[in-house]
Amino acid sequence: MNFVLSHLVSLIIFTPLIGLVAVGLIPSDQKQAIRWVAFLASLIPAGLAIALWFSYAGGGEGFRFQEQAVWYQAINATYHVGVDGVAVPMILLTGLLTPLALLASFNIDDRVKPYMMLFLLLETGMLGVFASLDLILFFLFWEIGLVPMYFLINQWGGKERRYASFKFFVYTMAGSLGLLLSIQLIGLTAGTFDIARLINIWPSFNKEVLVGVPISMIKTVAFFAFSLAFAIKIPLWPFHTWLPDAHTEAPTAGSMILAGVLLKLGAFGFLRLVLPLFPEQAHRYAPLLALLAVIAIVLGAYAAYGQNDFKRLVAYSSVNHMGFVVLGIAVVAWVAGSPSEALRQSATIAGTGAVLQMFNHGLSSAAMFFLVGVVYERAHTRDLDELGGGIWQVAPIYGGILLFSSMASLGLPGLNGFVSEFAVVRGAWPVFTLVTAISMLGLLFTGAYILKGIQKVLHGPKNPKWAGHNMEMNKREIVVVAPLMALMLLIGVWPWWLASVINEAMKRLVG
Amino acid sequence: MQFPFLSIITFTPMIVGVLLLLIPEDRKTETRVAALAGAALCLGMSLFVYFSYNVGQGGYQFVEKFDWIPRFGISYHVGVDGISNPMVLLTGIVIFTGVLISWGIDDRPREFFAFLFILATGVFGVFVSLDLFQLFFFYEIAVFPMYLLIAIWGWKVTREYAAMKLTLFLFIGSVVSLVGALAMYVTVGRATGVYTFDMLKMAEAQAAGVFNFNLNVPLLGSRPFEWVWFPFVFFGFAVLGGIYPFHNWSPDGHVAAPTAVSMFHAGVLMKLGAFAALRVGIMLLPEGARAHLPWIVVLTVINVVYGAFIAMRQTDLKYMIGYSSVSHMGLVSMAFATMNYTGYVGGAMQMFAHGVMTAMLFATVGMVYDRAHTRQMPELGGMARKMPFVLLGFTIASLSSMGMPGFAGFMAELPIFMGLWRAGTNTADFIAPYYAWIAVISALAIVITAAYLLIAIQRVFFGEISEEHDHHVGDVTVLDKVAITVLSITIVAVGLFPILMGPMVSSGVIAVLRIFGGA
Amino acid sequence: MNLVDFQSAHLLVLAPEFLLVILAAVVMGLDVSLPESRRRQLGLVAAVGMFAAMALALIFSIPNGDNALLFGGMIRNDLLSFVFRMIFMFAGAITSLISMDVEGLGRRGEYYALLIASVIGMNFMAASADLVMLYLALETTSIGLYVLAGFLRDNDKSAEAGLKYFLFGAFTATVMLYGFSLLFGYTGQTNLYAIAAAIQNGSVPPFITVVASVLIIVGVGFKVAIVPFHFWTPDVYEGAPTPVTAFLSVASKSAGFAVLLRVFVAGFQGMALRMPGASWLPMLMAISAVTMTLGNLLALKQNNIKRMLAYSSIAHAGYALMGVVAFSQEGVAAALFYLIGYVVTNLAAFAVVILFARVSGSDEIADYAGLSRRSPPLALAMLVAFLSLGGMPPLAGFINKFFVFAAAMRSDLTWLVVVGVLNSIVGLYYYLIVLKWVWVKPAPEGASPIPVSRPYVFALSLLCFAIIFVGVVAAPWLDWAAQAAASLF
Repeated sequence: MNFVLSHLVSLIIFTPLIGLVAVGLIPSDQKQAIRWVAFLASLIPAGLAIALWFSYAGGGEGFRFQEQAVWYQAINATYHVGVDGVAVPMILLTGLLTPLALLASFNIDDRVKPYMMLFLLLETGMLGVFASLDLILFFLFWEIGLVPMYFLINQWGGKERRYASFKFFVYTMAGSLGLLLSIQLIGLTAGTFDIARLINIWPSFNKEVLVGVPISMIKTVAFFAFSLAFAIKIPLWPFHTWLPDAHTEAPTAGSMILAGVLLKLGAFGFLRLVLPLFPEQAHRYAPLLALLAVIAIVLGAYAAYGQNDFKRLVAYSSVNHMGFVVLGIAVVAWVAGSPSEALRQSATIAGTGAVLQMFNHGLSSAAMFFLVGVVYERAHTRDLDELGGGIWQVAPIYGGILLFSSMASLGLPGLNGFVSEFAVVRGAWPVFTLVTAISMLGLLFTGAYILKGIQKVLHGPKNPKWAGHNMEMNKREIVVVAPLMALMLLIGVWPWWLASVINEAMKRLVG
Repeated sequence: MQFPFLSIITFTPMIVGVLLLLIPEDRKTETRVAALAGAALCLGMSLFVYFSYNVGQGGYQFVEKFDWIPRFGISYHVGVDGISNPMVLLTGIVIFTGVLISWGIDDRPREFFAFLFILATGVFGVFVSLDLFQLFFFYEIAVFPMYLLIAIWGWKVTREYAAMKLTLFLFIGSVVSLVGALAMYVTVGRATGVYTFDMLKMAEAQAAGVFNFNLNVPLLGSRPFEWVWFPFVFFGFAVLGGIYPFHNWSPDGHVAAPTAVSMFHAGVLMKLGAFAALRVGIMLLPEGARAHLPWIVVLTVINVVYGAFIAMRQTDLKYMIGYSSVSHMGLVSMAFATMNYTGYVGGAMQMFAHGVMTAMLFATVGMVYDRAHTRQMPELGGMARKMPFVLLGFTIASLSSMGMPGFAGFMAELPIFMGLWRAGTNTADFIAPYYAWIAVISALAIVITAAYLLIAIQRVFFGEISEEHDHHVGDVTVLDKVAITVLSITIVAVGLFPILMGPMVSSGVIAVLRIFGGA
Repeated sequence: MNLVDFQSAHLLVLAPEFLLVILAAVVMGLDVSLPESRRRQLGLVAAVGMFAAMALALIFSIPNGDNALLFGGMIRNDLLSFVFRMIFMFAGAITSLISMDVEGLGRRGEYYALLIASVIGMNFMAASADLVMLYLALETTSIGLYVLAGFLRDNDKSAEAGLKYFLFGAFTATVMLYGFSLLFGYTGQTNLYAIAAAIQNGSVPPFITVVASVLIIVGVGFKVAIVPFHFWTPDVYEGAPTPVTAFLSVASKSAGFAVLLRVFVAGFQGMALRMPGASWLPMLMAISAVTMTLGNLLALKQNNIKRMLAYSSIAHAGYALMGVVAFSQEGVAAALFYLIGYVVTNLAAFAVVILFARVSGSDEIADYAGLSRRSPPLALAMLVAFLSLGGMPPLAGFINKFFVFAAAMRSDLTWLVVVGVLNSIVGLYYYLIVLKWVWVKPAPEGASPIPVSRPYVFALSLLCFAIIFVGVVAAPWLDWAAQAAASLF
């Protein structure tokens, strides 16, 4: 037990690989066995993540559960992992979503084995990013998350999967390249890749190391490179164009993870690296960030409203929702280190709201994508006009669940989305008043597109088209979505259990 | 006198090769089994040597030395350090997997394996040589079997041309280096009174300053000894490392060669050039290196970028990989040009990493070609369903090649780039301010690499399979799978656990840098 | 100079030569007495006899190191001559072996007798320390060789070769004789060492020594086949019976080198050291460079393997000459060592050519297509021989060239090393072309395997082994060569 506790983070990161190996050993034709082994294996990290949550909550601050070991001594990179109040919720989210996504993938029948293996690899990558405290390690996991997703879209996706996956890969790769070069620059100038140490020394580092290149320039370059990489991942307007394509073409479970966790990596990167390492630059460019966030909120919502493809609609809603996250981050960036107590408090609220929004969006977007998948599987179309409504009549349970999830996404008070968006807006208001005001416009559109979706799918008279079909969800599908709904409700009514942990981390970040 | 591991590793292939020639011609299976046994022995021994090398102690280990031709100061002197040890292991891996995937060769397998094994002896010999004469001796042994292997078993369309081109390029390179080496030999002998080809003694003499005098060069006037001879030695060997503008033998050679030979050629032989350029050029003539490498780095940038661009334009898979090798070997030379610790670690790691991944790329391409009878990407497609294992291997190698973290290539390219940045901190170097640009430009090449490899995977393994291929193409054999597995494990192991190789390489690199005065 | 009075023990020094004389007589006798069907054994007898002579030499005639001048100063009993004599006898023995199955040659006693006579002449060329002795030995050798070159009377090319060789040989020998006479005229001496001493004293005008040098170089150059005295080579090599060509290309060339070393390095070194600007050394350097370059370039264009080997032998003379012009103990050792390696290598190459021509009747390189399928062992032997000629390790050719280059480098002849190095690239190219035909090209339809009889198997195995052995275990041979070289200085 002691071993488990002292290596909890490592165990969480690498236990999916056990599942990967186990799945790999099963013959390809034993599809059912593969599915179950993968699913059960993914429960291990989920359980450990919950254990981490309970061990972490309320037990001190800063990076905890740290582990450090020699890894690549030649460039002074170490295997250094640890978690703080931002990482823990993300790990929890990942740990919970992956089994659900795997369960949602039980209907995959084509090459189940590589599919499951890639999925488990993906989980390791994501968990690793959240737990890394070394830049090189961070990058390693960052990229590990990229490859399986590429193949999941490329191989199990829709018609335009080639194009979508390539676009996904190239966008992310382009971002990664800048990221990597900046990591190298930082490592070279500061002499270490250790994030925990860099947070202390890098912001005030001012020794010129590269001949003819002032340190401020390095910092600015690195700041932009980092920001660009993360902005692509979030995705922030105008770097978002890969997202609708990738989502539309990805298999259902892929979309769940993509929207649920992968997008969070970008926001997490801002919180873990950009803000602590480049407070000065972050402060300078925070208004720009806020502006982009608002554009994402408004245009994302507007674009979502314009979609006729249900999945594309949900995809654009992600742009919209992630905009709030960025807005919260921008507030923190602007305020961090400010002498005003009131401002800092607002920023803490905004930041906490942002992370909470990450978690919430993870839940609701996963649920939404899954529900889109459910209807698509039965109707073989996602076109809102072709669906033509009236599904509630034939599938009442589905209708109820969809409505519930949509409301959570919409921001109905009492469900999770409201809490976080409110916190962000509340925190941002005193800082970026005008911008926040505009973002409220986005909320208007949010309501519009969600309602449009519900209306076109569920409402209306009994549609004769679906009369003969069994449109109702089966038990497995309900099991997938039930935990998500429970969490949405829980956070909606009692957010503090989650927010307290985040809040503590935010306080340190804001200063 | 300890057990002569290195000699056994070196000469096992030669002995096996000669024994193979004694097997009757029609006993093909026995020939193959004997070859595999020999290769397995080499691999086992090199693994043993690799893992029993004492990293903490560093320096040259497993040293064997006795007089060979004392009159000319030639000894048989072998030993491995932190840089050559991974190379020996690499050779072991490539010869083993090379034999595995060559199982299907039906035209005179006896001669094929014999020549391949003679080649392997040459390669092993160079990596363990601590005597300059001996190094050349084995270097040439590594060159000429290549001619026959390519010309006899190669791709019918270009093999004669390519084999001749390759052999002459390499031979020219080696004799050019030879002149430089002889100049060193004579100078050391004259200054110390002891004529010796022993590289350790030559290095000592260098450190003692015997090369510190000027030569009168026609047209250039009076120049330092090392300044004059370094380019000869360095470029002579670097030809085999595929340095621009002497690289163009390489893609032709790769393409024309049979699969196992391509693996050997790109996987090991090109390292031979880079390794010898380091061992002889840089380590024995450090002052010359210091004077010339700052401009040579420009050539290496061209290598890296140009190689990547040309690779992108290829439709023939093998040409694509051939040019990508040029590009990647450019990174090795570039690493050597940085003249700092990080860069050298990267260079040494890259030699190993590139060796393994390029061997895998050629092996998998060979498997596809053997079954589909074409390497033209537009004609291929849908191979993933026919040979999923090959897809796995090709993908792992590609990811490594494009510098994806978690694979060996990343663990090599990362320090190389770090080294480039660090070179930019060297205020004494006039080119220092430009290293940042060099790093950025070279990084672009990596994006290009990613693009063309992904496109290749897409075109070859996915997409529509042609009617004809659908009928004829089958899965690969178990032996092929074993080869792919061995290479994959190596790539991933080094990629995830650089500690398996990093400390060893570092210990070797530190010794090199001590020659530069602890730079 | 340590002239030693005659002692009967001195006869032992010449024991091998005596044996060879007897051998020649025995061969002639057997030729008459043996029935036609068994005359093939003559070659065996000759070969065994010459090997026996080598054994005899090893037992009785190894010089004791005092470099004594014996028989009234006619013979110098030093290691240099010993090494050369071993080379000649070895070449003669192998040549006999590889002649056995050659049409019109192998069953003729007089052929072997002439061969043996030439070997005897060469032995004395290498050993002679006196101008008269030298000239006599030279003529003994040459006359035998003239006849051998034209031995196949019915063959126009052979007859032409014999005549051409004779005309060139006689002319150059006469020119050389004139050079000898100049030296004799100014010094009153015929002993080389006495002449050297005289030159050192300054009793010969420098101009005369230079003229004499040039004249002697003409004669020696003909033997060695250096440019510009090489014109006879391709035609004679092509026309002469192949075993004779083999013998010419190794033994006759080595004999020329023996004289070169003896006369120039030993006899003229005083002069060379005294007046470096006008001495023969730069001239020989230039000749070395031109010889290897021209030889290699002309070899590139040849379609006939014998002609190609002829030009290649010119080129190799150039390489070996590099060692001589390095003008140091290492240089001479390297040159000598070069000859040892070259003899075994070139004999192996010619042995294959002979075997192949017997079956196919052709010496065209293109006809070698697919030899590796027709006869793998033969192709392997050819691989070894030609790669050795091309200078690839672990074969003799590599280490030979390496030492020659190293020696030249030690004498600061960087430019000559560069020329040599570039030449070796050209050389490799045309040797590889031959190997390409042998190994890569498919055999013509209906090509049959090439039978290899036992003497050839023995000869080829021995030669291939020797090529590798010299290439790998170089130290003893090099020591030999170095000690021999030391006896000159």
